[in-house]
Amino acid sequence: MLPSLNQLSFFRQLRRLRVPFAAADLITLKAGELVSLSGTIYTGRDQTHRRLCALLDAGRSLPVDLAGQLLYYVGPTPARPGRVIGAAGPTTSYRMDAYTPRLLALGLAATMGKGARSAEVRQAMLKCGAIYLAAIGGAGALLSDCVKKNEVVAFIDAGAEAMFRFELEDFPAVVINDLAGADYYQQVRR
Amino acid sequence: MRLISAKTVTAAVRELAVTAACDLAPDTLDALLIAREREESELSRNVLELLLKNSEIAGRKQIPLCQDTGMAVVFVELGRELKVDGDLSVAINEGVRQGYRDGFLRNSVCDPLTRRNSFDNTPAVIHLELVAGDTLTLRFLPKGCGSENMSALAMLPPSAGKPGITRYVVDQVVAAGSNPCPPVIVGVGVGGNFEWAAYLAKKSLCRLLGQSNPRRDAANLEAEILREINEKGGGVHGFGGNNTALAVHIEFFPTHIASLPVAVNIQCHAHRHQTKVL
Repeated sequence: MLPSLNQLSFFRQLRRLRVPFAAADLITLKAGELVSLSGTIYTGRDQTHRRLCALLDAGRSLPVDLAGQLLYYVGPTPARPGRVIGAAGPTTSYRMDAYTPRLLALGLAATMGKGARSAEVRQAMLKCGAIYLAAIGGAGALLSDCVKKNEVVAFIDAGAEAMFRFELEDFPAVVINDLAGADYYQQVRR
Repeated sequence: MRLISAKTVTAAVRELAVTAACDLAPDTLDALLIAREREESELSRNVLELLLKNSEIAGRKQIPLCQDTGMAVVFVELGRELKVDGDLSVAINEGVRQGYRDGFLRNSVCDPLTRRNSFDNTPAVIHLELVAGDTLTLRFLPKGCGSENMSALAMLPPSAGKPGITRYVVDQVVAAGSNPCPPVIVGVGVGGNFEWAAYLAKKSLCRLLGQSNPRRDAANLEAEILREINEKGGGVHGFGGNNTALAVHIEFFPTHIASLPVAVNIQCHAHRHQTKVL
């Protein structure tokens, strides 16, 4: 049997950060860094984004204040009895690109998913002072163990696409777009 | 003529659905272990370490490897000397329904226009092939859409030849970047016509990793495309390195004198596939 996450030697050496990020931490994060996240985050994928923007269109307030928060793109599997959550890895981020600049304008400090963001989102991040991280795609079981609390915040009828609040502990993620405008995916291309 | 009941088919599909979602197939585990040994980038090697850890947790705790437990794709090989007592398609869909419910898998199937979820992950996509013998082979390949969305098809001119095929496939994988969760398995269908090339690309994913096409020129083309993809340096999840793809599988079929269809169906590293013979 392979060792547990914290017994992996490289994992013990990762920088451990609290979320939501302190402004002082946010500015130190550099594209390409693998970090470990603990604290509170919010989630949402296609349906949640569509509905958040519909609320904004109608001039109504959102179910949570996203200022300073991290929004994670995930649609988990149902939890088995006795578990906090099922598999909880990232979904592909480009599908959220159409909505993201509006949420960044509200002060959202970080988004997390997988895959590259559009030029518009990258510009909006730079303008609003936000970063983007990649969680490990296809590691749903491992990341499930990193979610210690899970509650529905809004859109419960959307099932897996509802908005949840997670309490994370030692959740691994790679910084892709940092505050200086670097894009790690672009940096590694030969 | 041998007879099996529809209930037997349903029970088999139910089990395949749960097993495929939670237990990484041995060929895929081996491919990830080999990739870890060969990986040159420290970050990608560490991420491969996390993926191996993920498969261990998924199997032990019966949590799906990935939260996208996919749309159920079932390749059915039905022996001509076998009769299913009941409706085969209904039996398979009932197995999908039960497996996704009892295995705590995600229901990801919806109407394409209203986007209303069917909430039981049906219908499955079923491919039926009649074969010799009196057995029923069920190949269950749940396919997530992070990778499926990166698929593409081209009707190339015959003059494009092998270089054209290579360039098209490599370009699709490079353009997909980190979206389909590399290291990927690249399923390719060459020949036939429009829909048959796509079918072949998907079917090629049923082949075990580590096996090449039995035709030597085809196997060489697979190796050449794999080499070119991995030279691009995208690496595990686009984090850099020499493991963007674990394998390239190409299936061929004769085509029209005027045509060279090429379909690319990308599969993620959580390559879920299980087979049962009844």
